Amino acid sequence: MLILHCPYCGMDVDETDLHAGGQAHLKREGPGSSDEDFEDYLFLRENPKGVHFERWRHVYGCGKWFHAARCTNTLEVFGTYPAQTLEPPQEIRDKISGKRPGWSWGMFK
Amino acid sequence: MSNAVSALQGKVAPGEVTIREAGLRGMITLRGDLSDKQIRRVCTDMTDQKFPEAGKAHCEGDKGICWMSPDEVLLLVPYAEVNDHLTRIAVALKGKHYLAENVSDARALLYVEGEFAREVMAKLAPVNLHPDTFGPGDFRRTRLGQVAAAFWMRDEDTFAVICFRSVAGYAFDLLAASAKAGAVGHFVEG
Amino acid sequence: MSTRLADHGRLVNKNKAVSFTFNGKHLRGFEGDTLASALLANDQMLVGRSFKYHRPRGVVASGAEEPNGLVNLGKGARFEPNQRMTTTELFEGMTATSQNHWPTLEFDVGAINTALARFLPAGFYYKMFMFPRPFWKHVYEPFIRKSAGLGQAPKDRDEDTYEHFHTHVDVLVIGGGIAGLAAAHAAGERGARVLLMEQTTHWGGRAAVDTPEIDGQPAPEWINSTVQAIENMQNVDMRLRCTGAGVYDHGYALAYERLTDHAPDAEGPRHRLWRIRAKQIITATGAIERPLSFAANDLPGVLLASAVRDYVVNYGASIGDRTVVVTNNDDAYRTAITLKQAGLEVPVIVDARTQVEGDLIDRARALGIRIETGKGIAKVKGGKRVTGVALCAQAGEGAVIEEIDCDCVAMSGGWSPVVHLWSHCGGKLNWDAEQAMFRPDPERPPTSHDGAAFVATAGTANGHLFTAEVMGDGWAAGRAAAKAASHMTRGGEAPLGQDAAEGPISPVWLMPQGASHALRSKAWLDFQNDVKVSDVQLAAQEGFESVEHAKRYTTLGMATDQGKLSNINGLAILSQSLNDDIPNVGTTTFRPPYTPISMASIAGVARDDLFQPIRKTPISDWANDNGADNEPVGQWRRPYAYLRPGESVEDAVNREVKNTRENFGLLDASTLGKLIVKGPDAGKFLDMMYTNMMSTLPIGKCRYGLMCSENGFLVDDGVVVRMAEDTWLCHTTTGGAERIHAHMEDWLQCEWWDWKVYVANVTEQYAQIAVVGPNARKVLRKLGGMDVSAEVLPFMQWAEGRIGDFDARVFRISFSGELSYEIAVPAGQGRAFWDALLEAGEEFGVMPYGTEALHIMRAEKGFIMIGDETDGTVIPQDLNLQWALSKKKEDYLGKRAHERSHMADPGRWKLVGLETEDGSVLPDGAYAIASGTNENGQRNTQGRVTSTYYSPTLEKGIAMGLVHKGPDRMGEVIEFNKVDGTTIRAKIVDPVFYDKEGEKQNV
Repeated sequence: MLILHCPYCGMDVDETDLHAGGQAHLKREGPGSSDEDFEDYLFLRENPKGVHFERWRHVYGCGKWFHAARCTNTLEVFGTYPAQTLEPPQEIRDKISGKRPGWSWGMFK
Repeated sequence: MSNAVSALQGKVAPGEVTIREAGLRGMITLRGDLSDKQIRRVCTDMTDQKFPEAGKAHCEGDKGICWMSPDEVLLLVPYAEVNDHLTRIAVALKGKHYLAENVSDARALLYVEGEFAREVMAKLAPVNLHPDTFGPGDFRRTRLGQVAAAFWMRDEDTFAVICFRSVAGYAFDLLAASAKAGAVGHFVEG
Repeated sequence: MSTRLADHGRLVNKNKAVSFTFNGKHLRGFEGDTLASALLANDQMLVGRSFKYHRPRGVVASGAEEPNGLVNLGKGARFEPNQRMTTTELFEGMTATSQNHWPTLEFDVGAINTALARFLPAGFYYKMFMFPRPFWKHVYEPFIRKSAGLGQAPKDRDEDTYEHFHTHVDVLVIGGGIAGLAAAHAAGERGARVLLMEQTTHWGGRAAVDTPEIDGQPAPEWINSTVQAIENMQNVDMRLRCTGAGVYDHGYALAYERLTDHAPDAEGPRHRLWRIRAKQIITATGAIERPLSFAANDLPGVLLASAVRDYVVNYGASIGDRTVVVTNNDDAYRTAITLKQAGLEVPVIVDARTQVEGDLIDRARALGIRIETGKGIAKVKGGKRVTGVALCAQAGEGAVIEEIDCDCVAMSGGWSPVVHLWSHCGGKLNWDAEQAMFRPDPERPPTSHDGAAFVATAGTANGHLFTAEVMGDGWAAGRAAAKAASHMTRGGEAPLGQDAAEGPISPVWLMPQGASHALRSKAWLDFQNDVKVSDVQLAAQEGFESVEHAKRYTTLGMATDQGKLSNINGLAILSQSLNDDIPNVGTTTFRPPYTPISMASIAGVARDDLFQPIRKTPISDWANDNGADNEPVGQWRRPYAYLRPGESVEDAVNREVKNTRENFGLLDASTLGKLIVKGPDAGKFLDMMYTNMMSTLPIGKCRYGLMCSENGFLVDDGVVVRMAEDTWLCHTTTGGAERIHAHMEDWLQCEWWDWKVYVANVTEQYAQIAVVGPNARKVLRKLGGMDVSAEVLPFMQWAEGRIGDFDARVFRISFSGELSYEIAVPAGQGRAFWDALLEAGEEFGVMPYGTEALHIMRAEKGFIMIGDETDGTVIPQDLNLQWALSKKKEDYLGKRAHERSHMADPGRWKLVGLETEDGSVLPDGAYAIASGTNENGQRNTQGRVTSTYYSPTLEKGIAMGLVHKGPDRMGEVIEFNKVDGTTIRAKIVDPVFYDKEGEKQNV
């Protein structure tokens, strides 16, 4: 059972207090978008064995959504950060590069 | 107002650890920019308490401020004064972006009182409740059995637990059953 | 015969007799006995029958690894099957019965299977019961079900209580032997918060029996002083009778504490399930001795060598007068020495090794014990208990050299470290060929959230069989764990251990090495599931080469003991059969729990009334006192109807509908979700959330709104109210309050985080009561207060004011089609308000109505219900709700999805009303059939029923459904199938059955 650090509450939280929300950093496609872009946004997801970026909500706590950078293979958590961002913070990307050289995920490296 | 009742109307389950519903309590949810001086000011003025940091609550008697999230506090005030306070907030924060709602009737407040109150709570909540880690002044929103709850310690032997009104009976019975089952003997003051 | 020795038994109090019954027979043991030791002391060697062949079985082990000694324990509300007698503490009045035999333990008809063993090989069930096919259902399955399963299922409700307990510690030490004690001591004195647990009733583990020297004192003395020292540490909690059951991700562990199993009349919970978060976990779980595989090694009286000396030393119970020791290692010599020193006979030590040398061998020789090297046991003789052994050369095929009378065989095939907890969360193993064991690979440990190791093993569990190594290892593990948890205080030095020098083990997987098929098919690997050497060899031969396949084909290790004794031996046989090395074949997966834990401990306090939270409105108590027949709606229980004495549910529903339409009804609508949405951007935000335009709703007005997912499907509906310039109140469905609140927060936090909007869920702040019917206004006027006239408060508007003594928000909205006010008052006053309405409504024919009346009335009006007309694949257009899709808005959730070709397809199934030709009620969910069949040969369909009721107002069945191009086919008759295979004809009609113009609600 995972333990994740809620960046808002500043505390480590049990998975049972959290709600998983799937892949992070999706770009919304609205009216006028192409069928391909809309499909990509609505249905297509990364499914890596390794570095992954996910959405989690501290649902039994502050109710805030945050993102977690995590290894799906070892369950190592590289870091968590608030959801109000379009991309993972450089600090976390550097940390991942230190631990998983050559990683890539979607548009990020 | 005279015909208002709390969820469990002051129900008590006496024992080595006693579970007691606190009765009618005034509660206001206030959402806004918690770094805003006027917002902090209105909270502290209303409750005579210091403004809490993340994970903390400052409560005394039936007044208090609980940190709920980065943009939300729960204000505890006497039940009868809630509307006056809402008016006060509206005046003080006029023109600001905020939300203040009376939630006094949406919640229930339970007290868990007794020597092993800490262990009664630890039977039900996935929280580190060791005395070195959680003490008076700390505030936590989490799960109690299968429902959402928030709690803080009034003193070394007393927890105050807030849950939704609809599940007050469940939370009360859960705490009462856990209290009745006795101490675990795990937490030693250290 | 097995009996009690006069001057042995360090754990039993011979001054305190305890009486108990086994299979109805009254027996006596001592305080401190296990059920197994007490039975052995009473010469009860036969304790059960094996699963498949019903072979007579006796106790093999002395601890958690016991495969045979399983009993039904207790009676009635305390009955529990499959209890291991080796770990069951004896108490006064215990009742135990043996399992898996009929009619009696001594005479079991099922034992015929032994004679048929030749016809019941591995995979027998898979092969035998294939043909003829109909036999499976009518002959084979009923027969197998009757004979399968161990023990009996309890029939009465469990009367005990159980609980959970959460704790966070720096270091969790699992295992209270000398390694665990050393680890806990080292971690504790460095200031770490430590939880130390031991599954048995005593600290010290095997060292208390084998008494090596630690720090210059005999082990028991060191154990006592160390336990005392740890007890004095405020930061260490010690728990006996507490098993580390499982190790999981990120330092999570489950432990199973048995509080009153040994004292069933004591107060308090029976079991406690510990839910632990540990920064570091040390598994000091010891090792389990392996049996040897020789013919008839399953007879009662053949035990593990360590168990034989445990029974003597701990309980003063001797298994037999003459014990043959058979071994491939030095440790078993301790058993011979112990027995000899207790005055018992050891006719011979049969050692498979050709060369033996060491302190223990010298001591055995000095005691005059005969030692036969290079020998093995060809077979054990006896029926229901051992009467002798036949010796042979280990290197041969089993030719008998000599027969020796004995009544006990003590066997040792070496030791397997208990690596289960290390392995649960991904710790890897290495094969140590020298010691013939799998041991943890410290280079490949389970890792935690930070990528660092969080489990370490210590002592024997780490593959250290000698006290010197064990002490150093346990101490170092404790120190390292404390350090990893940031506790650096200096502590003492590692204790020094010392024991007898031993020679090397020689792996023996089969005895004798070249045993014939006849011998191999009597050489047991898994005692509980009846798997023999020949079965595993057959599995390999038939192509089940993967260890996981072989396990499932033979059922090796699949019993309640999970192969604690059998797995390594079975694996070795498999690897030999495959001509491969043991590490290449690998092990099966170790899964939690380590030993079985009670289902009730998993449930904890969540049973009966606390099984799940039941949500109550302020009116629920009144409803339950007044005939409410409840239905679950999420965790709420809403009255389906209010039954009067003697009234059927159907009659009550019809009465409630008619009365509401004709007089006056009250509905407890408190469960409807109420979300406050406030801020300068709230209008813009709601325009994204709803398909309709909400930003233009004038203050004081209400508007029905639809919500779609980004995929275009309907997810919720409800009335939106404009309360102030920057504030809206959004009503959701009963089940939608939390879900839609979360939905809004998700979009606000993760997509439009720069928009200035706050949302608050105030659902439970208000009791909301629908005041409905032609007399509604009269009742409110009688209560007095605000003006509720049609002029001041017209349909689809709202106002705040006083109704009688209550502060109220009054919404002129109607889900019934009648004149209706939904009135919200603070929840604390909800019951008083309800009572006031009942009282005032008395003269106007007041009746509360339930959810079924609500549903019928909305169906009569053709109103859709989320969850009935929608199922996650339905879009607003399907329900003829195009009017609610704003064309003025550039964007809203679902708009892009609706542009997809399939969503715009004119051939979609759409909402219509349905009326049967005979006025009967259509079956719920029935499909409208079409001509022809699809590619799977199934009848084509052209629609389905979504809501169907008997309408008391119209006195006939009415229904709504989704039908292919339905609205274009008004008047057409289509057929719906029924479960009995017949069909029913129904006409496509307008879905609004009642008051189409809306005159009744708009007065």
